[in-house]
Amino acid sequence: MMQEETKKATYTIPVGPIHPALKEPIRLALTVDGEEIVDADVFVGQVHRGIEWLGMNRNNPVQSIYLAERICGICNISHPFSLVMAVEQAAGITPPPRAEYIRAIIAEMERIHSHLLWAGVAAHEIGFDTVFYLVWRVREEIMDLVEYVTGNRVTKAMFQIGGLRRDITEEQFPRIRQSLDYYKSVFDQLKRVFLDDKTIQMRTRNVGILKKEDALKLLICGPSGRASGVPKDVRQDQPYAAYADLDIKAMTPDMVTGTVVGDVYDRIIVRLLEVKQAIEIIEQCLEKMPPGPILAQPKIAVLLKALTQAEGEGIGRAEAPRGEVIHYVRLEAGQSTLATWKVRAPTYVNLMAVPTILKGMQIADVPIIFASLDPCMSCTNRMIITDRALRKKSIMSYEEMHRLSLQKTEKLRR
Amino acid sequence: MKAFKRALWVYHLNTGSCNGCDIEILAVLTPRYDVERFGIMLVGSPRHADVLLVTGPVVKQMVPRVKRIYEQTPDPKLVVVVGSCGIEGGVFYESYSLAGPVDQIIPVDVYVPGCPPRPEAIIEAVVKAWVKLEKAEQGVR
Repeated sequence: MMQEETKKATYTIPVGPIHPALKEPIRLALTVDGEEIVDADVFVGQVHRGIEWLGMNRNNPVQSIYLAERICGICNISHPFSLVMAVEQAAGITPPPRAEYIRAIIAEMERIHSHLLWAGVAAHEIGFDTVFYLVWRVREEIMDLVEYVTGNRVTKAMFQIGGLRRDITEEQFPRIRQSLDYYKSVFDQLKRVFLDDKTIQMRTRNVGILKKEDALKLLICGPSGRASGVPKDVRQDQPYAAYADLDIKAMTPDMVTGTVVGDVYDRIIVRLLEVKQAIEIIEQCLEKMPPGPILAQPKIAVLLKALTQAEGEGIGRAEAPRGEVIHYVRLEAGQSTLATWKVRAPTYVNLMAVPTILKGMQIADVPIIFASLDPCMSCTNRMIITDRALRKKSIMSYEEMHRLSLQKTEKLRR
Repeated sequence: MKAFKRALWVYHLNTGSCNGCDIEILAVLTPRYDVERFGIMLVGSPRHADVLLVTGPVVKQMVPRVKRIYEQTPDPKLVVVVGSCGIEGGVFYESYSLAGPVDQIIPVDVYVPGCPPRPEAIIEAVVKAWVKLEKAEQGVR
């Protein structure tokens, strides 16, 4: 290693593990040589709440749906969706076709809200707070729609084993279409803001590159994998719910630019394309929605008895906004709780890419690169920086890094 | 409430929350609800804050950090717990990894129930905290 003579001031600001723009606590250890990142490591587990244990010891499967919803406040459709599919498979329950369509609709609504949320956070990370506010204003429209359809803004409580708890009626269609039309009208503006802006390009092009080979080796899933040119999407590869009847194709960045680089810019493209795709999917679902009941077994007492007597195992896979969510459950006869419940969330896998994509980058790029994976346990606000030249360990606060990120944007603008 | 004498700075602390309350807190800051027009601002360091917004049921790993952040916040300070799980554990109560609700770790002034609470409820709670803070300051004088 080259010994550089630059004396970089090191900061020790032990701020707690939370930053307003990111959500959950996580710790990253970066080894830097001056400004360049040589190595990175991730430490997780600051939000362990023992959810699987609760599902296996306290709750019956129906109660566990609401627990699964609270695994993540953003993906709170994908998790109960997977759990419900797993339990249905284990107990041999088939939800009615109308429920399958409504499930797809709300899952796509979640994708729109999550990707817009991400776009705002990403803009904030490179210092474009104007865009952050713009995107979050646009996002409120989908929150209104979600509230109109499900009754709540965040935790929706829509799912039930063997169907849904709430129907979407014909009278509600015009309101849903109105929101979709709004998004179609602002989509081009969003695309222009994110893809044509010179400064955003400078901050995101060729930054945090994840090559296709690495993405395959590290099993990166979801939009982060697709941005590296891995056309994998559970909705396309193993269609569940209504997705088999719909026209779905995994979005890759070459649809817009013609090439796959696998950088942060490509991840923005993929997420923008998926917002558009989600709008189209909801429209298709509204058109094709079959009539009929929404529950296989409307009486909860009967359902619970059937679940207690059921024996078997099931796997539920769903494409969450961040990647593939897998829930595995095993039911044993005579046991009212789930005998086994295992959740695999996409962020845990995607975090494996962090050391690869951070290597060779600057500290000022860390916020946007880390955010570009859309980590759900995201909060890098406390990092241990080991400076090889100075042989000094220090803790850098997230605010300090955010400031560096802003400085870099300013510098590039000039 | 008296006239707003100064801006109220808020620090957001996640102690194991599911993100639900956290995104609603962010929504409060963005143009639809826009609390910055009242001078309520989210800051990046507890050392600058008047009010701590705590979300989550406090998992064991976070206990020392919660205490430390509370100690770092300058007096007079107030703690607002946002969300049911911070108030009494919510859906996570009985879990082996919880160190109990927030008020068993640090003193709490305002509780906002809901899973998650609506943005309007969060704004009301911050305003309540503000009134309490002003009263406390007058008492000191």
